[in-house]
Amino acid sequence: MAEEDKQQKTEQELEVIKQAIEGKVERVEQEEQHIYKQVRSIAFSILSPKMVKKMASAKIVTPELYDKEGYPVDGGLMDIRLGVIDPGLRCKTCGSKLKECIGHFGYIELARPIIHVKFVNIVMTLLKCTCRECGRILIPDNKISKIRENLDQIEKESGIEERRQKVKEIIAGLKTTNKCPLCKAKQKKISLEKPTTFLEDEKRLSPIEIRARLEKIPDSDCEIFGLKVPHVRPEWMVLTVLPIPPVTMRPSITLESGERSEDDLTHKLGDIVRINQRLFENINAGAPEIIVEDLWDLLQYHVTTFFDNNIAQLPPARHRSGQPLKTLTERIKSKEGRIRHNLAGKRTNFSARTVISPDPMLELFEVGVPSIIATKLTVPERVNEWNIQYLKTFVEKGPDKYPGANYIIRPDGKKKKITDETKEASLEELQPGYIVERHLMDGDISIFNRQPSLHRMSMMCHRVKVLPGKTLRLNPAVCTPYNADFDGDEMNFHVPQTEEARAEAEILMEVQTQLISLRYGLSIIGCTQDAISGNYVLTKNVSVKREDAIDLIGAVGVADFSKLPRKAIVTGREVFSALLPDDFNYSGHSRLCDRSKDKCDKEFHVVIDNGKLLSGVMDRNSIGEESGLMLRSIHQKYGKDFSIELLGRIFRLGIEFLLRTGFTSALSDTDLPEPAKQKILEDLDIARKDVGILIQQFKEAKLEVFPGKTMQETLELKILEVLNKARNETGRTVANFADKRTNTMIMAESGARGNLLNLAQMAACVGQQALRGKRIEKGYEQRTISHFKKNDLSSEAHGFISNGFKTGLTPSEFFFGSMTGRDSLMDTALRTPKSGYLYRRLANAMQDLKVEYDNTVRDASKKIIQFEYGEDGIDVSKSENGVINVKRIINSV
Amino acid sequence: MADIFSEFEDRLPQKIIDEIKNSLPKSASDAKVKKILEAAYEEYTIAKVSPGESVGLISAESIGEPGTQMTLNTFHFAGVAEMNVTLGLPRIIEILDGRKELDNPMMEIYLKKPYATGKKIEELRQLALQIKETKLRDISTELSINIADFTIEVKLDKDKMKGIEITNSKVTDAVSKQLKGYNIKDNKDSIILKSRSKESTFNDAYKTKEKIKDITIKGVKGISQVLPVKREDEFVIITAGSNLADVLQLEEVDAYRTTTNNIFEIEQVLGIEAARQSIVNEIFKVIESQGLNVDVRHIMLVADTMCVNGSLKGITRYGVVSEKSSVLARASFETPIKHIINAALVGEVDNLDSVVENVMINQPIPIGTGLPSLSVKQPKTAKEK
Repeated sequence: MAEEDKQQKTEQELEVIKQAIEGKVERVEQEEQHIYKQVRSIAFSILSPKMVKKMASAKIVTPELYDKEGYPVDGGLMDIRLGVIDPGLRCKTCGSKLKECIGHFGYIELARPIIHVKFVNIVMTLLKCTCRECGRILIPDNKISKIRENLDQIEKESGIEERRQKVKEIIAGLKTTNKCPLCKAKQKKISLEKPTTFLEDEKRLSPIEIRARLEKIPDSDCEIFGLKVPHVRPEWMVLTVLPIPPVTMRPSITLESGERSEDDLTHKLGDIVRINQRLFENINAGAPEIIVEDLWDLLQYHVTTFFDNNIAQLPPARHRSGQPLKTLTERIKSKEGRIRHNLAGKRTNFSARTVISPDPMLELFEVGVPSIIATKLTVPERVNEWNIQYLKTFVEKGPDKYPGANYIIRPDGKKKKITDETKEASLEELQPGYIVERHLMDGDISIFNRQPSLHRMSMMCHRVKVLPGKTLRLNPAVCTPYNADFDGDEMNFHVPQTEEARAEAEILMEVQTQLISLRYGLSIIGCTQDAISGNYVLTKNVSVKREDAIDLIGAVGVADFSKLPRKAIVTGREVFSALLPDDFNYSGHSRLCDRSKDKCDKEFHVVIDNGKLLSGVMDRNSIGEESGLMLRSIHQKYGKDFSIELLGRIFRLGIEFLLRTGFTSALSDTDLPEPAKQKILEDLDIARKDVGILIQQFKEAKLEVFPGKTMQETLELKILEVLNKARNETGRTVANFADKRTNTMIMAESGARGNLLNLAQMAACVGQQALRGKRIEKGYEQRTISHFKKNDLSSEAHGFISNGFKTGLTPSEFFFGSMTGRDSLMDTALRTPKSGYLYRRLANAMQDLKVEYDNTVRDASKKIIQFEYGEDGIDVSKSENGVINVKRIINSV
Repeated sequence: MADIFSEFEDRLPQKIIDEIKNSLPKSASDAKVKKILEAAYEEYTIAKVSPGESVGLISAESIGEPGTQMTLNTFHFAGVAEMNVTLGLPRIIEILDGRKELDNPMMEIYLKKPYATGKKIEELRQLALQIKETKLRDISTELSINIADFTIEVKLDKDKMKGIEITNSKVTDAVSKQLKGYNIKDNKDSIILKSRSKESTFNDAYKTKEKIKDITIKGVKGISQVLPVKREDEFVIITAGSNLADVLQLEEVDAYRTTTNNIFEIEQVLGIEAARQSIVNEIFKVIESQGLNVDVRHIMLVADTMCVNGSLKGITRYGVVSEKSSVLARASFETPIKHIINAALVGEVDNLDSVVENVMINQPIPIGTGLPSLSVKQPKTAKEK
């Protein structure tokens, strides 16, 4: 299988270790000597029998594992020359102890050759396309060079995959050749009986014969099949020796009862060795051919399942309990396999995970860490002349008092735990060059993450703030990038351990740096919910006493009150302006602006002149997340650090103001005046009648049919249209009549939460429940529920809910509502894995693309994908919604 | 003033220069224009991507993340009598898979001047019906086999034929062109097919009977529905089913603007650049219809990776991923065993220059901050001196 180029490296390592054994054993004890080398490349090739023997450190001859004392048998599968898995033993090959020894391969001499399952297909093509007598490829000599040239060209131009395709085509063309063009020998038909039996004209080819034929194929012909000769010889695909993996990759577990439980691979290898030995004995004893053949087949089965236990034609090898064994292929494959689970994904220390909860008093770039976590997670700090006193205070406090320290690390790498007993000694010992692992403190750098990590904003760097309590806390404004809420969400918390890691985290991952989305170039972090409605109410014709205003902005974190006008009563806009910098100018639309007109109403249009909010209201358009245009222009002008600070203040201003004035939604918010109720009832009545008329027309077949539709479909469409119109009409009525001063309306208007549709559904009419874009049709034979007559086409029988949530739904309406509810639930459940897979594919296909120093976008093999990123080289996260704002530049010059 | 602009031509993208030209106040002096351009250039330099930025992953994130917010609804009813349109996540998947067969192929056929601005939609409907495919099954009432001599009789629906202007001779022409080995006799209300070969069996006749149902009598093959729509002040024909190559042949069609949503077909007919543009357009259309905000640059990068090789490759293990140079990168995606074995056969060498392999062996990845390396000038040793 894969042979790594690291051979050289390991050899050198071995050398060092051998030296260590010979006399400098102490050195190994003292400090772990690592040799750091960069791996430049990894080569893949097939192991030759010679190579297998060369790299093996033991020949395995007996299926027994342990002797009576429980000591590994020499020449058995757990031979200590293959590495150690028991504490106290030393490896016979390298001399190192458990965890130091990486393990060594062994081998078995197979009594008869065995076909490697994974190479069956290539062996098949080789047999089919080469002469059974002379071993040459079935192409006349004069054509060979031409074909080879052609193939090389294809490989150069479109890669190895294309070459493989072309080889397949050539092979397909050879199938009809039944006479060797070189030695004129007649060719017989070769077929494959899956998984590993080859037949020639219905006669079985033994692996010995196959191997003999493959040996005959000359090197030059192999290359046409794409086999690069020094790495691969065809006959190596028929095994004569089998490498035995080191014990370290198949450790046995000792159960509580003292019994040993072996790894699946060991079981399988045991089977192979046992059958192999029997085969040897039988051959040597001259047993009848049938018995030998049977054993041979059995050996083939065991070797096959050793490589892959999931072959369609073979029954999988099982444990005694009946559960299938996990052999080599299963170990590598799939999400839980070695590649995706252990190699492409890593595990980490210095991390924590708990429930999260909100704390608006934290800055956006902070994270509240419970003190319990802060005493367990540590930051290593190297002792030097200047900080030794400072670090000693931590050691003195020990592991239990905060802020203390848990470990000290000596310069030789020995870790020492600080306990009450060792504290004194540690304090004495401490000197420059030592490392103290001190508790987490305020201001430390950490990485905070919530799964699913779909963004780079799902993993950001926060400053630690140690707090009492047992949850991780974050400012509610950063919920959006994490997509977090507080209904029991948990988040992960990591502490980077090296200076490099901290520097990278701080510069590249801090919340400030992630303010502008790389998806669309606007601020993703902004005010949400109460923070929006608070600022909206404040900036919309509210006046407060000066003392209250000072209290308010003081609570928000502003210490400079000079921006507040010296009046007894100040307006809300002036309070808001106190947060803004003096030289800030901005003009933008609010949600109430009528965009259709060129100039919208003065009252709503947001104008900020020299840091004063002159007109307009603060709402979602200006300060909200994923839109906040005002935030974007502040970021543009004042940079990330200021904008995050201002954002935190604006956020707090909103909720502080609401805290003082009170804000709640009431049932009475959905009350409508009598004429509105009347109008809604009338509208619904008209719609019902219209539907009745349509149904009447349909029954009389007088309905005008839409082109390309049947009468039935036309009716459905027309009914849907009428009912949608009716619902929209009720919505409009609600919007016109509802009291604008209610808090529900304020929330909807400011864009904090909810919309007019939600209000209309509560106050007036829920509307048509649609399933797959149609009215509800499922249910009983020719009717939806048994409340209705068969073939009832009326609106209420097909899911039109004419009641509002406040008046309450009738049982059948409620049922229809649940139907759509369940449907949307299903939709989400089905969508998540689908989009997850799409994302994985995209990420995998594009992960190597990067911008080079010459501004081209290239992949890992330096192939140019784009000459200039996005055709203009602009980074979306540095742009304003994907463009450079030319108008602003013109105005500013 | 033109001089000033030309001075900046190499430094600023054309798009920005054009935008400045268009939004300049008329009274702007040369000095001011220059200042504006300088300022624009400064901002442009700030906004440029930094070398080493892993733009690929950013694009993948930008499309993958909103994917979770998209609807799964295949059927979309936009107003009256619209056709089924695949939208949302399934459509994105369809495009990125590089599928050849779509769930809902569609075309938008624009027409040349005199046809497009015709006064009545009725006239257009005739034209549209010319395009719509009429199969034999659509104009026949009954297909039967005479067991005695194995002839096939197709009874024709005369009323329907009149409606779409098909005559008997047209039917026989079409059938004889597309069906070899049969003699066709016109019987006014029906046509009769008789096999020329003497050894015809009932089985053969039955097979032929099933086959001839799908013979195209009139129109463009594959176009199953047509719908003339007024768009601004011209008429456009929207079709269900797609056949770009044949539709572009039609005289009335404006080949410059007519498109299909089948990207594979566009690649075949108009080439790879057109296919790339149409991937961008189609993905952008879906994302926009879902009310999501994704920058075009991300979509362009995806489209470019799908098209770099000059042929359309889907983002699947058979497409883009199989083209990767690194064995381990391919193995870490799907079917790892297959990739490792094939690599072993040809003695492939993985040079570890992409991301996953370096993650696998715990080495810095050659992207972003892992890209730059430090070179130190070694002080000369005593010997060298």
